[in-house]
Amino acid sequence: MSNQTLSLFDISGRAMAAQLVRLNTTASNLANAGTISGTEEGAFRSLKPVFRTIMGDDGTATVAIDKIVSSPAAPTKRHDPSHPLADKNGDVWEAAVDSAAEMVEMLETSRQYQNNVQVLQTAKGLMLETLRLGQ
Amino acid sequence: MSVGDALLGIHATALQLRSQRMSMLASNIANAATPNYKARDINFAQALRQASNGESIESSVEYRVPLQPSLDGNTVEMSTEQTAFAENALAYRSSLSFLQGRVGTMMRALKGE
Repeated sequence: MSNQTLSLFDISGRAMAAQLVRLNTTASNLANAGTISGTEEGAFRSLKPVFRTIMGDDGTATVAIDKIVSSPAAPTKRHDPSHPLADKNGDVWEAAVDSAAEMVEMLETSRQYQNNVQVLQTAKGLMLETLRLGQ
Repeated sequence: MSVGDALLGIHATALQLRSQRMSMLASNIANAATPNYKARDINFAQALRQASNGESIESSVEYRVPLQPSLDGNTVEMSTEQTAFAENALAYRSSLSFLQGRVGTMMRALKGE
């Protein structure tokens, strides 16, 4: 618990930044989908951001990226002796990325980013109107 | 009751509370994807009563009861939050126009037109 004062711009702005990091991880996961490695350790594992709430004063809260973790899903082992990266047993490992799940994640991220933009727009409009009070 | 309160009525307090509630709803929307985040909202009628009596509104902040609990412990439901946010923004705007009316009245009285 920290005692910082969070303005509406802090709340939505930081949430947008967090969603953007999430979108970036999704982009790198999708970019690496289907990549092949000659070792199990060398195969790409999908990255997932972990969100954490940051509490402010008066019941306000925003969000930040706590850490980015690699998914525990194991790379797929495939027997393909003709592949240039195949090991001595003729095996290669495919990146552990679920493309469909990543696409869903991308859509959800984009929607939540849009929600924050909308909040910011509405709040900004109301603040500007309040500034004009009495004119 | 201060002079400002007498001139502006309940709308000055209401506007302040609406702004506070807007921040809280924005917090809920910001944390829509955070595991274990519990959505909160202000019980507005109670908060307004407390604020106009000069009391703290802390006891009016309540946790939202989700319609369908999610597996990651997050209780933010986008539809609920968006509706509440829209309703709150509209109420803010109406309080603002009431205030604008009051300010206009005062200006006319001061100018003696």
